Amino acid sequence: MNEGKEILKDSETQEEEKRNILQRLFVRRGCLQAVLLPFLAVLTAFVIGAVIIAVSSPEVLTTLRTEGLLNGLGAALNLVLESYVALFEGSFGSPARILRAMGSGEKRALLDAFRPLSESLVITTPYIFAGLGLALGFRGGLFNIGAEGQLFVGGLASVYVGYSITGLPWYLHLPLAMLAGILGGALWGAIPGFLKARTGAHEVINTIMMNYIAFRLTDHLLSGPMARPDGLPITPEIATSAYLPALFSRPMRVHVGFFLALGAAALVYWFLWKTTLGLEIRMVGANPHASRYAGIRIAPTIVITMALSAALAGLAGTSQILGVDHRMVRAFSTGYGFDAIALALLGNSHPVGVVLASLLFGFLRGGAARMQSIAGVPVEIIRIIQALVLIFVAAPEIIRGIYRLKVAREEERVLMRGWGS
Amino acid sequence: MSQAALVRTEGRSRRDIAIGIVFLGLALLIVVLLPRGTVGMKSTFVLTSQRAGVTIAAPDLIFPTDIALYVLGGIVFLATVWQLVRGFERVNLVVAGVVGIGILAFLVWASRDKSINMTGMLVSSLVRATPIAFAAHSGLYSERSGVVNIGIEGMMLAGAFTSVVFASVTDNLFIGVIAGIVAGMVLALLHAVLSIRYMVDQIVSGAVIIILALGLTSFLQRSVLNIYPELNQPGSAIAAFPIPVLWKIPVIGPILFNQSPIIYTLFVLIVVTRIIMNNTRWGLRVRSVGEHPRAADTLGINVFRTRYISVLISGGIAGLAGAYMSIGAAGRFNEGMTAGKGFLGLAAMIFGNWNPGGAFFGSLIFGFFDSWQEKLSILQVGIPVDLLGMAPYLATMVVLTGWFCGASQDAGGRRAAVREAVT
Repeated sequence: MNEGKEILKDSETQEEEKRNILQRLFVRRGCLQAVLLPFLAVLTAFVIGAVIIAVSSPEVLTTLRTEGLLNGLGAALNLVLESYVALFEGSFGSPARILRAMGSGEKRALLDAFRPLSESLVITTPYIFAGLGLALGFRGGLFNIGAEGQLFVGGLASVYVGYSITGLPWYLHLPLAMLAGILGGALWGAIPGFLKARTGAHEVINTIMMNYIAFRLTDHLLSGPMARPDGLPITPEIATSAYLPALFSRPMRVHVGFFLALGAAALVYWFLWKTTLGLEIRMVGANPHASRYAGIRIAPTIVITMALSAALAGLAGTSQILGVDHRMVRAFSTGYGFDAIALALLGNSHPVGVVLASLLFGFLRGGAARMQSIAGVPVEIIRIIQALVLIFVAAPEIIRGIYRLKVAREEERVLMRGWGS
Repeated sequence: MSQAALVRTEGRSRRDIAIGIVFLGLALLIVVLLPRGTVGMKSTFVLTSQRAGVTIAAPDLIFPTDIALYVLGGIVFLATVWQLVRGFERVNLVVAGVVGIGILAFLVWASRDKSINMTGMLVSSLVRATPIAFAAHSGLYSERSGVVNIGIEGMMLAGAFTSVVFASVTDNLFIGVIAGIVAGMVLALLHAVLSIRYMVDQIVSGAVIIILALGLTSFLQRSVLNIYPELNQPGSAIAAFPIPVLWKIPVIGPILFNQSPIIYTLFVLIVVTRIIMNNTRWGLRVRSVGEHPRAADTLGINVFRTRYISVLISGGIAGLAGAYMSIGAAGRFNEGMTAGKGFLGLAAMIFGNWNPGGAFFGSLIFGFFDSWQEKLSILQVGIPVDLLGMAPYLATMVVLTGWFCGASQDAGGRRAAVREAVT
């Protein structure tokens, strides 16, 4: 009898120990929650997004009024399902179509079937670059809202080098155009960085002002100095020697830039965690006072951080110009720079996180167009979902409250400080 | 950067000399560069106001362009000499005056052999300054209580959208304005809950507000307003309300006394805010909460409640600013119609040293730069329109450096206080 109890107890303690080890593995490192929280944040944002889709749809409201509650709810569910299925098919491609194409084995059919996937990767590419830029800024304690403007200036610089120089071999022309984009972006970011380091003017407002100035500059250049000879507000097409080569034939537009973006993520990781300058940037971001006592010169570090952050944002514009558009129009960016804020926060300002977040939002954006044409839900729903994700990521207590999660030990994250700091 | 702040307070003399050199450059610009080729030309400033078919006559100011420029340049030059030799006591005021003279000189030059309607220009400056001034006051209430609010832009958008919809549905502009105020307060409540209760970084929370408001209003415009355009037709914009007798005064009348009721509200708000912040118990408490929350808490002031109330007021004012832009001026809602006015307001607030009067003055400068793009493009001064349009943003950046006006101890202290409250 006693023995039996003992064994029972033993197995219980063993079970408990096992659970403890699991808990220690995940919870103590915050690993489980580090994955779980963003996942739940995205999930919750989608649920609320579904409610907004349903509530804002006139058809659903009419059904609700004329045919009663149950039918109304049915219509709402139908619409949401239709929207999200369209979103999925628009971003990954329709599975049925892919299978059919694979069965037929025709090249053209295959390309068409995989086209949505390629389009999503096309959108993901500038997302990764710009998101990395924001993340680098966050690690240095700087909030670079000006990514959109830096993207424009980077695009302008690269397109200028792309179309004004001809006759160079690609191995000279392409790097030159990319370098121009990097420098253009870096310059646009270094100005607010310098102002912050020198006068304490807050980079949030200054980068936003630089955004508006960049938009005006683009308007000005596209309406005259850089316009096509026929006077349309479009720049001439860049020389083919400056193209970022496409990976497949048309209509697949995904280009080498995607892998460059992944490479940039690895580079940013190496830079921030394996180099002295990277350490200094992270130190200034975490505690500027302590790092001053450690002998780091704060002002140059701030300027460098802003310039690097902006250079990555400039690369986002450059990759879009050299890889996809091959010329510049006023509407060449649909808010990549603004979305990058959400990407960096969602990715916890870590390169791997940024890549994952960029893939998520790239595919969302890729599918949103199809959702708009099939279900009639405007693309802007994506932005709402982004804002909601941001809220939940920034205030994890809300998510913990909804799903009754326990608090895991978290590392303190310093994003930025107030005015003039 | 406390290091920069130190340099700023200790190196006053270096800064004074730098200001003198900037003055000198401006004087040379006015005296040497602008008068070239203007010999014998005349500038005309029209003061007669013509609006909605009503003319309020005033004599035109006609003067020789080059002589006027030499006089203005001479004044700046005298200021330069005094600044370099003796140094002005209240240099901020002088800088503002010199900037004003510089703008005047530019207008004199731009109107050579042509005419500018000065009254019209001042009216449109005030009209464009109004949303900026409201945004500045919105920021003032929030920041004086120690909560940085960069979400004003988003709250304005929400106010603009909501007021249009409600005004269209009820056919009543007043209800629209109230709805706009409430919409701003709802977003402000979100900002307050996120930044006060959940301790989210105030800048991140503000950025979230902007993205959310931008997304929601654009989404709703496309999914609802574009399908039911009658929801975006609040009727004609809020009409101007001439104040009896006063509105007929030449020049001043059309500018100050024949405006939208919302602009009168702004004037009241400026005065009331000043009294609240300086003379009432509640205002002093707000300031103590903003400048030293721990001390305020020790004295028994409820820091959180004070901040919640201040942020809600801030949101209400921002909503009113949005309502003014949509049903008060444009007569409809457009996507992203606030176009950075909320940020210009924050810069005006910093320019005005967190004081209502100064913030209003700063807003007027931005309003002027905002309106000169269309006025000067009519005159064809030879500068591309888009480059002229950069002026308000460039002015904001110059103001933010704090180089001209942020140097006073007071502002330095307040910045430090906000910083402390944030971290």
